[in-house]
Amino acid sequence: MTLRVLLFASYADALGAPAVSVDLPAGARVRDLLARVQAMAAGKRIPDKPMVAVNKRYATPDQLLAATDEVAIIPPVAGG
Amino acid sequence: MRTGIVERPIDPQRLLAEVAAPGNGASLLFVGTVRDVNAGSSVSGLDYSAYSGMAESELASIVAEAAERWNTRDIVVEHRVGALDIGDASVVIVVAHPHRDQAYQASRYIIEELKQRLPVWKQERYVDGRREWVTNHA
Repeated sequence: MTLRVLLFASYADALGAPAVSVDLPAGARVRDLLARVQAMAAGKRIPDKPMVAVNKRYATPDQLLAATDEVAIIPPVAGG
Repeated sequence: MRTGIVERPIDPQRLLAEVAAPGNGASLLFVGTVRDVNAGSSVSGLDYSAYSGMAESELASIVAEAAERWNTRDIVVEHRVGALDIGDASVVIVVAHPHRDQAYQASRYIIEELKQRLPVWKQERYVDGRREWVTNHA
């Protein structure tokens, strides 16, 4: 399955795009997706264990992914 | 209860009026504003951006948690995004409650949770032309 991964703020700057596409086998989890993104050319600039949202809710590294999921890697937040 | 991620100036008085009720003995207003110096650099303004959709739902969740814990529905929160100048309000929280202690606690809960959970980012513009993404301190 191919998932589109949303990037924001410093992470979007680091990868030079507001989103990237990642190919994953069925049964992949959030941690597998992160490993793929971190293996990209500029992906090393994303930290080891960033916050991730699946379908606009914070997710754990264990969470299973489906082809229809909206995934986002969330940089350190700065609201307020 | 009402929450919003907005792209226009926030009017604190209007929000305060929204939570007014005869049974409330305390109405508390918190206004977060853009300050002119951060970590020793002179700031000329801030650009806030949000994960649209998630920022709204996360803010609504935080306010629902506070409403349940301190037993009041008289809470309104707006967070502004876009280009802000020094002194502009970036976040306004109003809480009204029959008693002041609960109002203070609920307001404090909302700002602290928001600073840890709300998917909003800010880039500071400095007087010398530099720009930098900044993060909240724990």
